[in-house]
Amino acid sequence: MNAVTPAIAPDPAPAIAETDRLRLAPGVMLRNDRRRDQWMLMGPERLLVLDDMALAVVRACVGPEVADVGAGIDRLTVEYDAARAEVAADVLELLTDLRNKGYLVR
Amino acid sequence: MSCALPAFAAADAAEPAPPFAVLMELTHRCPLRCPYCSNPVALDPASAELDTATWKRVLDEAADVGALQVHFSGGEPCVRKDLEELVAHATDAGLYSNLITSAVLLDPPRLARLQAAGLQHVQISLQDSEAAGADRVGGFRGGHAKKLEVARAVVAQGLALTINAVLHRHNIERVNDVIDLALDLGAGRIEIANVQYYGWALANRAALMPSREQLLAMDAAVRARLPELAGRIVVDYVVPDYYARRPKSCMGGWARRFMNINPRGRVLPCHAAETIPGLEFETVHDRSLSAIWRDGPAFVRYRGTHWMPEPCQSCDHKEEDWGGCRCQALALAGSADDADPVCERSPFHAEVAEVRDRDAAALGTDWTYRGL
Repeated sequence: MNAVTPAIAPDPAPAIAETDRLRLAPGVMLRNDRRRDQWMLMGPERLLVLDDMALAVVRACVGPEVADVGAGIDRLTVEYDAARAEVAADVLELLTDLRNKGYLVR
Repeated sequence: MSCALPAFAAADAAEPAPPFAVLMELTHRCPLRCPYCSNPVALDPASAELDTATWKRVLDEAADVGALQVHFSGGEPCVRKDLEELVAHATDAGLYSNLITSAVLLDPPRLARLQAAGLQHVQISLQDSEAAGADRVGGFRGGHAKKLEVARAVVAQGLALTINAVLHRHNIERVNDVIDLALDLGAGRIEIANVQYYGWALANRAALMPSREQLLAMDAAVRARLPELAGRIVVDYVVPDYYARRPKSCMGGWARRFMNINPRGRVLPCHAAETIPGLEFETVHDRSLSAIWRDGPAFVRYRGTHWMPEPCQSCDHKEEDWGGCRCQALALAGSADDADPVCERSPFHAEVAEVRDRDAAALGTDWTYRGL
C-alpha cells in the first residue's frame, strides 16, 4: 500500500541558449524599491534582489523588444568591454538560474 | 554576477527591518471543511470581520511599514464581495497582490475583474489528485472539478498559478500524480505541503499522520523528480515536521518577514500565535502596523535571538531556523519558550517521535470536519 504511483517523466528542461527569447514569467515584475534602494524581481510570494550586473543582464536579455538572448550578450559585451565568450558563459548561467527559480520563461 | 535573496532584517535591531509581506485573513468563512484547516478551532464569525474601509486603511499601513506584498487569505477570501475593491486598493498602494484560495467560488469573469484590479498571482489548494478523495477531504461535492476549471482559467488569463497540494496519510501515495496534475494545469509553482499540525489539524492528527514508510516513499519520489522538474515548475518542498531532524525556519523567523492580520483585526506574528498563552496582541484599532511591527509586545517577544533558551542559544543554526516554531514548541514541549522539539537537540525530541508513531498507527479516517 505504500508504493508511490510512478511519475510521467518529462525530459529535463534544457539550459537557456543564445537563440532563446525570454520574458518575465506570469506574475513577475521588475521593480525598484525606493525604501530599500534595491532593484528586485517580484514574483508570487517571493522576490529576488538583483545586484547591478544581474539587473543589466535582465534589462539586456529579457523582454519582447529583445531579438534573442544572443543580441543581449552582444550588447553587454560592448557595454562592459569584455570578452564575448566570458560574458556569454556568465549570462547563460545566470539566465538559466533565474528560469529555474521561476522568474523567466521562454 | 550574482543574485542574493534579501536579508532585510537585522537581528535584535532596535528598529527592525520592514516585513516582506502582510497576510490578511479577510474571513474565516469557507465552503470547504478540510480537517487539517490551519485556522483556529475557535473561528471568527462573519459579524466580527473588519469592514471594507478598515481593510483599506490597513492596506495603506502595510505599504507604510514597508511590506512589498499582500496575501489575501482566509478562510476563503472570495466570500468577501469587496475582494476586487481591496485588490485595487492594494495595487494603488504599490503592493503586489497574492490570492490564497480554494477556488470553488471563483469563475473566469470574477478572475478577470480581479486581474483588472491588479491581482498577480493565484494559489489554489488541491486536496488530492482525484476528485473522490479530494471532495471527501474538503467535504464539498464537485469541489475538485471546479478547482481544475478555475486553475486553467488562471493560466489562460496570464496570471501566475501556484498549486498548494496538501499531503497526509490518505493521499501521500499520489504525490507524483499531484505533481503531474500541476504540470498539466500549467502551474509555475507547486507547494508540496505536508500537513502541519496546528488548529484543526492538531485535533485530527491521529486521522492524518502518515506512516514512516509512506513518508520515506514520498520523500524519495519527490527528490528523484527534482532534477527533471527544474526549469519546468518551481517546487517548494519541506520534510514534514514530525519526521524532520531540524526545525523549519517558521515564518522565516518570528516577526522578521511577515505580519498576519486575522478577520477581526488582531495583528499576529503568525496565524497560530493566538494559541500561545500570555502573549498580548494588539488590533488594527489600537495602533498602526508600523508601531506594532516595531515594538508590539507579541512581536518583540520572540524576535531575533534574545529570548532563546539552550540548546538554541549556543547553536550554530540559531540565525538560520530562529529556534523553529513557537506554536509547535507549545504544542509538543509544553512551552512556547522552549526550543522547537522537532529539533533533534531538543530534550523533547524523542516525544515527537512517540506521538508521531502512535498517531500514524491509528487506523481509520475518523476526523472531525472543520465547522463554523
